[in-house]
Amino acid sequence: MTSFTCARSGAAVKVVMEDSAKQRREESAFVFEAKALRNPFVSEYSIFYLTILYFFALAPFTPGLASTENAANIFSNLLPLLIVALGQTVVLITGGIDLSVTSTIALSSVMGAMVMSGDQGWLGGSRWATIAGVVVMLLIGAVVGLFNGAAITIFRMPAFIVTLTTMMFASGLAIWLTKSKTIYNLPPSFNAIGKGSVFIVPYALVVTALLAVALHVMLSRSLAGRWLYAIGHNAKAAVVSGVPVGRTTRLAYVISGLCAAAASILYTGRMETGSPVLGQRILLDVIGAAVIGGTSLFGGRGKVIWTVCGVLFITLIDNSLNMLGLSYFFIMMVKGGVILLAALLDAWRNRLLAGR
Amino acid sequence: MAQVSNLHHQAGNKLRRVQVGNLHHRKILGEPILQFDKIEKSFFGVRVLKGVSFALEAGHILGLVGENGAGKSTLMNILGGVLPFDAGRMRLSGAEYAPRRPAEARAHGVAFIHQELNLFTNLSIAENIFIADFPKRRIAGVPVINRRAMREQTKSLLAALELHATPETLVENLSPGERQLVEIAKALSIDARIIILDEPTTSLTVRETERLFALLDRLRAQGISMIYISHNLGDVLRMCDDIVVLRDGEVVGAGRRGEFTEERMIALMVGRTLDQLFPERASAVSSEVALEVNGLSQPGVIEEISFCLHKGEVLGVAGLMGAGRTELARALFGLDPAQRGAISINGLPAPPSLRGRINRGLAFLTEDRRAEGLMMEAGITENVALAALPSFLHHGARSFAGLLNQPEIEAAATHIAQSVQVRGAANLRQAVKTLSGGNQQKVVLARWLLAEPSVFILDEPTRGVDVGAKAEIYRIINELAAQGAGVLLISSEIEELIGLCDRILVMASGKITDCVERTDFDRERILRAALGASVREEAG
Repeated sequence: MTSFTCARSGAAVKVVMEDSAKQRREESAFVFEAKALRNPFVSEYSIFYLTILYFFALAPFTPGLASTENAANIFSNLLPLLIVALGQTVVLITGGIDLSVTSTIALSSVMGAMVMSGDQGWLGGSRWATIAGVVVMLLIGAVVGLFNGAAITIFRMPAFIVTLTTMMFASGLAIWLTKSKTIYNLPPSFNAIGKGSVFIVPYALVVTALLAVALHVMLSRSLAGRWLYAIGHNAKAAVVSGVPVGRTTRLAYVISGLCAAAASILYTGRMETGSPVLGQRILLDVIGAAVIGGTSLFGGRGKVIWTVCGVLFITLIDNSLNMLGLSYFFIMMVKGGVILLAALLDAWRNRLLAGR
Repeated sequence: MAQVSNLHHQAGNKLRRVQVGNLHHRKILGEPILQFDKIEKSFFGVRVLKGVSFALEAGHILGLVGENGAGKSTLMNILGGVLPFDAGRMRLSGAEYAPRRPAEARAHGVAFIHQELNLFTNLSIAENIFIADFPKRRIAGVPVINRRAMREQTKSLLAALELHATPETLVENLSPGERQLVEIAKALSIDARIIILDEPTTSLTVRETERLFALLDRLRAQGISMIYISHNLGDVLRMCDDIVVLRDGEVVGAGRRGEFTEERMIALMVGRTLDQLFPERASAVSSEVALEVNGLSQPGVIEEISFCLHKGEVLGVAGLMGAGRTELARALFGLDPAQRGAISINGLPAPPSLRGRINRGLAFLTEDRRAEGLMMEAGITENVALAALPSFLHHGARSFAGLLNQPEIEAAATHIAQSVQVRGAANLRQAVKTLSGGNQQKVVLARWLLAEPSVFILDEPTRGVDVGAKAEIYRIINELAAQGAGVLLISSEIEELIGLCDRILVMASGKITDCVERTDFDRERILRAALGASVREEAG
């Protein structure tokens, strides 16, 4: 094709038709939208403002909430959760969902421990134990993710059912493998990943930050990232436009599985044990955090930074209510209410942006 | 008409009320049943209706025409109780009328049949008709749905509309034309005095359209008034007693049918005379072949399709709905399988996969831009860049994880959006769903232009597009051919094919039944071949 289609070469077709009144009208409709974006409660970072508001509202009544020790505590809880939630965000962007992440964490944890443990591990005591353990753990995540992705794209099964059954299977397998016992005596070099730090910067923070940056770049700048959003917006249109939908969707689930495994490494290291029930309670937090941040359950919308805000918010609620001495069950109730509220805010915001 | 009345006698209470209503209508025939008086409506301070006044007479069909964005939908949404109005008044049968909810409008006998039908495809015909108000009976004081009454009433409604289906038939098993009839049955079931029809024929076949028109005639004879919205001005002239033209929220023309011609309506809609809807075909067709198809077959869908598309040629594909035109396009593009046959693009055999064919220079604009064309929530840039994304990878990067050159994408998208003249967007981040149909279609076109293909398959590129945007799309198609691309243009509008194409293939039941050269273009010959009447000629 020559000049016309070659957009980057600079030629254009001129079709002149006056249409100024219509254009003016639509422009002013847009001005409204721009204004709405500046309002903190309809901004895409509204949850971040809400977090700050919440913190300052509760700080006076919650002794110790604003202390440095507590900040460290919040971060150690936040980091692995963030990693899982980021993987989940990638899947949610494609319009899917990954319910198997918590079981992946558990299975990965016990398999890694079975490799590394000094008690009866296959490589117990070897100096390769830690590396082999980490590789095995990540491999488990990748395999579970690939299975999910393949079942969803090749056999066209709904993501909800596929990942739900994977969750049940992986969880069962983890318990069966360990006869529901925890595995102790992991190599210190492994535990250091979860607990240690270089100078004052914890390894966990380094790992999480690297992952977050990598995922951010992938989602916002790479070809695969654009394709992920396109699939979430309209998978059929993506197919027609030549996007390799199957391959890209599988990539999303593999990323989610890998993220779960990475989180499992941090959790397992911190606990110094391989546990078949590790992470069983965080599924709500993972999906909740992503959605509170602004990621759409219908696909096409989601950002790393949003999920960071969402995780921060959820962790802060958890932590503050804990410090107020409330029970786990009460915290659950409050969290449920807060997630509902955030969803309401999101619906309200969408309606405002839609113009009515 | 006689048949309809008979059926009404057989039917239950509901229909008898229709009859009573009819007598009432007949008495005031010729008087306005509905009056709009200086209706004003603004969205965010922008006036979209600027004092609209006109009247609908009882037992008349009023054609409401105007470009997309002229205010037709807003006005009808006000009438249907979907939107409130800011100022002015509406009078229905002389009484003040200001519905606050669609249910209130229905209670007043105003039925709104939307372009995208509001049917529950997973429910039966009867359930759809009575969804808002199921007939009930009481069992031990507990109200339950009276299924028998529902079935009986539905049966008589369907008989009156000559829709041969049982009340239990699921709507998903009905054709678009039959679904339209169900919507009309729904309107009749609430004793509608006014029926609003928004683009009722866009998804209907020729035969279904004829059937619908015959039905509208019968309803009119019964005294039911209708407001008929359509971009098909020929249909408007044929069906409507009165015509109102809207432009930018104002009535710019109103009167009896006899006062209008298609040209006058277009001139009023656009605000000037559109001297030339179809651009002059200046370029010569090259002898080089862009797309060659040999014996392409898929049992039950297309049969032995063979033709050549040359560079610089616009080759039309005419045919009725269900003739296999879209199926042919999808098979050519690699979206649907073909059992036999060979396709070659620019002299090389086409790769089996869709992606391979795109890389070889094929582009496909689908007929359903909402479902398969656009990412409605995403911005214009994202939509425009989608097909050509791999070409924006930073040099060297070829893989999945390669990074894209964002500034280059934005520059290219801006440029191409300008060259196809996408209007109505303040900037290119604006969601595509906010654009009018014509501008959405231009976004899809721009996407393919950016991928720099050499063969375009365009499936109904002007469906649901207003006159102004149509002219622009025609100009683009012409320009593509002038620059050496081969264009395969599928269209249901024969005028459009005659105006744009160098040659027209005609399809009927999956086969090519005729191939007409530009010098022999003839509506009748094309229509005959589309009905499968013509002897098959070798195409290409």
